[in-house]
Amino acid sequence: MDLYLVEAIINGILLGGVLALLALGLNLIFGVIDVVWIAYADIVMCGMYVIYFLYASYGVPLPLAFLIAIVAMAGFGMLVHILIISPVLNSAPINQLLATGGLLFFLQSFATLLFGTDFRNIGVRLPVLEVGSVYISFSRLIAFGVGLVGAIVLYVFLKRTYIGTAIRAIAQDRDIIGLMGVDQRRIYLVTSAIGGALAGLAACLLALQYDVHPYIGNTFGPVIFMICVLGGLGNMIGGFIASFIISQIISIGGYYSSTELAYVFAFGFFIVLMFIRPRGLFAR
Amino acid sequence: MLSLTAISAGYGSFQALFGVSLEVPQGEAVGVIGPNGAGKTTLMRVISGLIPMREGAMTVEGRSVEGLPAHRMVEQGIAHVPENRRLFPRLSVEENLRIGAFIPRARAGFAAQLDWVYHLFPRLKDRRDQLAGTMSGGEQQMCAIGRALMSKPKLLLMDEPSAGLAPLVVQQVFDLVRRIRAEGQTVLIVEQNVQQVLDVVDRAYLLEVGAIKLSGTAAELKNNSLIRTSYMGL
Repeated sequence: MDLYLVEAIINGILLGGVLALLALGLNLIFGVIDVVWIAYADIVMCGMYVIYFLYASYGVPLPLAFLIAIVAMAGFGMLVHILIISPVLNSAPINQLLATGGLLFFLQSFATLLFGTDFRNIGVRLPVLEVGSVYISFSRLIAFGVGLVGAIVLYVFLKRTYIGTAIRAIAQDRDIIGLMGVDQRRIYLVTSAIGGALAGLAACLLALQYDVHPYIGNTFGPVIFMICVLGGLGNMIGGFIASFIISQIISIGGYYSSTELAYVFAFGFFIVLMFIRPRGLFAR
Repeated sequence: MLSLTAISAGYGSFQALFGVSLEVPQGEAVGVIGPNGAGKTTLMRVISGLIPMREGAMTVEGRSVEGLPAHRMVEQGIAHVPENRRLFPRLSVEENLRIGAFIPRARAGFAAQLDWVYHLFPRLKDRRDQLAGTMSGGEQQMCAIGRALMSKPKLLLMDEPSAGLAPLVVQQVFDLVRRIRAEGQTVLIVEQNVQQVLDVVDRAYLLEVGAIKLSGTAAELKNNSLIRTSYMGL
C-alpha cells in the first residue's frame, strides 16, 4: 500500500481528535442549553492568544500557560452565558443565533484591533516521529491523545457524577429538573464552563500546530458545525464519530487532490447526506 | 406539616386557583379530587414551587416557604411526582433514582435510601440498568415514585399517578401508594379516580373551578351525595 496514503489516513485520525473535542463541547452546550454557540471556534482563537502572549511574550512556562488558558476560557464560557445567552434564553432561536453570531464578529474585530492581522506562532517545534517509513508529527499525536483523553474524562464525568447526571437529565426534560432539587441556572453555568474549558484545551493543542491570527476560527469553525449537524445536533457520540469521518475525507481527499478540494469533498459529502438523513447520521 | 392559606395562582391573565386553603398533617394521606381543569395540577405546581403563588401563605412545618423556587422546595422536604411521570427516558432506572437524590442531604444517604426504594419496589432493582423510557407505564410510575422518595421527603406530592394506565395497572399503582403509606410517609395525592383514591387516603378535598368545595374524612366524602352522584357514578 502507498506509504503516503497510510500517512494521510493516520493524519486524518490524528486531526479527528481535536475536531472531536470541539464537537463535544458544542454538542454539550447545544444539548443542555439548547443554544448554538456560533462563536465557539473564536473562543478557541482567544485561548490561543492567551497561550501566545503568556508563553512567547511573558515567558510563562508552556504547561502553566496551557493551564491558565484552559481556566481562563472556562471563565470566559461562563461570562458568555451570563452576558449573552442568559438574556436571550427564552427568545426565538434566530435571536439567539444573531446574539452568538454577533459575538463572533465582535471577537474577530476586537482581536484585529488589539493584535493586528499578523500570524503569530509560539515557536515550539516538536519532533517528527518516523515509524517504519511513515512520518508522524509529534504535535498531532499529542493533540489526538489529549483529545481522546479529554473525551473519556468528559464521558466519565457525565456518567458517574451527580452534576454530570443532572447535565444529561436536563437535556431530556428541562421543565421538571427543579423537582429533582437541581438549580437549572447552576447547571447551565457549569455546562458553559465545561464548553469553554474544552475550547481552551483545543486552543492548547492547536497552538502547537498552527499560527494564531484573528480569523483562525473561520478555518475550522464551519467544519465543527458540519460535524455536529452530521452527527445529529446534541448527540455527543454521533458528533465524536462524525469528527473522524470528516477528518478522513479531508485528509485522504487532500492526498488525492489538494487541501482546498478536500474541503469541497467534505462539504459535498455533508450536503448529500443532509438530503438522505436530514436529522444527522445518528438521528434517534 | 403542610399548610396553605387562601392561595391564589394562575398563568398570565388566566387565574386557576381562587383562595385555596388546605392542611396536610404529619403522617396522614390527603387526597384532592375534582374534574379535569379544576386546578389540581396547578395546586401541586404551586406547592412544589414550579409556579409562584399570587396571594396567600404557605408553610412547611410552620416555616414560611413563600417565593422559594422548586429546587429549594426539595430541600424543604417536598418531593413531587409530576403528572405523566416525566422520567428522564434515556437515563437508566438507577440514574433516574440517582438524580432524585441530587440534594446534598440525600446524597449522603444515597446507598441506604436506594436499598430502601429497591426493597419497596423490587421490580426496579431487576430493571436497574434498563433505560427508563423503555419500561411499561406501571413500571415507569413505580420509578417516578421511587425517584421522588430518593430525596427522603417529608411530604410526597403525587399528581394523577393512575392517569393513562390500564385498569389492572391502576390497581397496582394504588397498591404502591398503600405500601408507601404503610411506611409512614406523609402523602398529598391528586386524582380523578375518586373511588380508588378515597380508599387510600385519610382525608380529602373536592376542588372545583379553582376553589375548595367540600372537605372531610374519606368516609364522609364516600357517603356524600354530591360526590356519589357526580364523581362515583352511583
